[in-house]
Amino acid sequence: MNYNATEKGYYGEFGGAYIPEMLYPNVEELRQNYLKVMVEPDFKKEFDQLLKDYVGRPSPLYFAKRLSEKYNTKVYLKREDLNHTGAHKVNNTIGQILMAKRLKKTRIIAETGAGQHGVATATVCALMGMKCVVYMGEIDIARQAPNVARMKMLGAEVRPALSGSRTLKDATNEAIRDWINNPVDTHYIIGSAIGPHPYPDMVTRFQSIISEEIKWQLKEKEGRENPDYVVACIGGGSNAAGTYYHFLHEPEVGIIAVEAAGKGVNSGESAATSALGKEGVIHGCKTLLMQTNDGQITEPYSISAGLDYPGVGPLHAHLYTSGRGEFYSATDDEAMNSGLELTQLEGIIPAIETSHALAIFKHKTFKPDDVVVISLSGRGDKDLDNYIKYFNL
Amino acid sequence: MNRINQKMQEDKKLLSIYFTAGYPSLNDTVKVIQDLEANGIDMIEIGLPFSDPLADGPTIQNSSTAALKNGMTTNILFEQLKDIRKSVSIPLILMGYFNPMLQYGVEAFCKKCAEIGIDGLIMPDLPLDVYQDEYEAIFKKYDLKNIFLITPQTSDARILQIDAASDAFIYMVSTASVTGSKSGFGEEQTTYFNRIAAMNLKNPQIVGFGINNSSTFKQATTHAKGAIIGSAFIKHLTEHGVATIPEFVKEIR
Repeated sequence: MNYNATEKGYYGEFGGAYIPEMLYPNVEELRQNYLKVMVEPDFKKEFDQLLKDYVGRPSPLYFAKRLSEKYNTKVYLKREDLNHTGAHKVNNTIGQILMAKRLKKTRIIAETGAGQHGVATATVCALMGMKCVVYMGEIDIARQAPNVARMKMLGAEVRPALSGSRTLKDATNEAIRDWINNPVDTHYIIGSAIGPHPYPDMVTRFQSIISEEIKWQLKEKEGRENPDYVVACIGGGSNAAGTYYHFLHEPEVGIIAVEAAGKGVNSGESAATSALGKEGVIHGCKTLLMQTNDGQITEPYSISAGLDYPGVGPLHAHLYTSGRGEFYSATDDEAMNSGLELTQLEGIIPAIETSHALAIFKHKTFKPDDVVVISLSGRGDKDLDNYIKYFNL
Repeated sequence: MNRINQKMQEDKKLLSIYFTAGYPSLNDTVKVIQDLEANGIDMIEIGLPFSDPLADGPTIQNSSTAALKNGMTTNILFEQLKDIRKSVSIPLILMGYFNPMLQYGVEAFCKKCAEIGIDGLIMPDLPLDVYQDEYEAIFKKYDLKNIFLITPQTSDARILQIDAASDAFIYMVSTASVTGSKSGFGEEQTTYFNRIAAMNLKNPQIVGFGINNSSTFKQATTHAKGAIIGSAFIKHLTEHGVATIPEFVKEIR
């Protein structure tokens, strides 16, 4: 089976570009150019150079000895938290800002949930001297204050999304509306593997550096390129897409996704899209989507702002329905405790998003000789307030 | 003949109104339609509210949110409209986003529309190629006209493609914006209106977005066959209520 996007941007039955005509010229321009631009030697050189010297790649693949002992298996952590700006998001924003420059755009817009993508976007805009507007749900602005301050310091304008649930979904709506209103000079840097084709494929390709590095790093450490499992948390699914990419067509590598169950999958306050979603159209793509019987999009819930999204990237919808991926969901409590556990076993404070991936050990038992690579997608500095409140620190 | 095609043959500039079904009150839908026809409106776009209307500005967003809070659903709208053809004869078009239609089932949705006497659909986020690959045959089977949008940024080649795929009218979005954000037309619009007029398309064009009074209506219809008012009408309903529809229409014509 094929797990890459087709020319029209489909992964199985999911994907495509369900956009109003107002967005057609922008999206079409991108579709016609993105693959060509990405293989240009100049582009590749600049991208690779920035990832190395500015982001600090390659990010380490770290053998987590005490975590491995606790769960009696071999756990490696792919340290995306050590990237500049503190998460995997910057891999994509570096790629997209270079893309925007080649398409002669002068203004950048973005949506953000946890603020990590907003910070990563504001960062590359500062780096390139581009005007930057970030849309962020009003609720998320309140629960991710340090990242809001960072974006402002970086020169970005943070505009609150006041509609709907006032979280990531609504920030994305507002960013799309901005793009409709500014069709000529503006590039929209989508932060997740969602949106109309070519975004899911483009974002996945920029993030695929994660699995590219895992391959050679694991070869050095274990003498083999392929782990038994790769594990990542999924909101829209950009760190997961990058972590899986080079293993999608390696059947011996198990692909594991952990979604946010919120207060429990059936509690009515959850963001576990694979369990709760049906096929539908959101933000320009057909995917699994949490919605009413009537096709109205429902408001998700997770303690983690970055996973609080009612859909999932079309690649992941395909991995789920085709059975290629194993999908689990972790509750707020499981995630928070797994985050604390990592902190105390390995001295690494993870982002709450990432803590969901770490909660895999509460749901699945691995064999002692399994090599399990977990994407440590972000660091927890931005979540300190939430950890303090949760654990009464 | 489909009512839209008939209407396009009339020797006049057409005034069409968009409103959100179930707004201001759940059961206002039929009364609004009847009053609009009684006051000389030529065609109506009935908005099926959606939770995430990404091509709409705050006015239509708010009316959609309110309508959903009022309890509007696809089934309720169809139920409200089931006898509409006993009292209303102008063309009726359903306008909404694709997801609610997809969940209802595209064929079932079209069948229901045909039973009611709906003449066409506007689904801004159902793109031309997906429509042609997957749904055109179903729309045709039920004689539902699918109306496509063009904007000032749409290329000539794309406009010709859309013209070829259409057989009712082309919805000419006047300006690069979401609904209700700009009013009044500038030089960009004049150039665009002239450019489209010079293309001699086979389908008539109806201009929408940015029309809110008689002067913008006249400007929009210098070349085009007609114009659609949406946000300005919703705003009027919000501020003055359903009983004042005659006053609103008099202001425009």
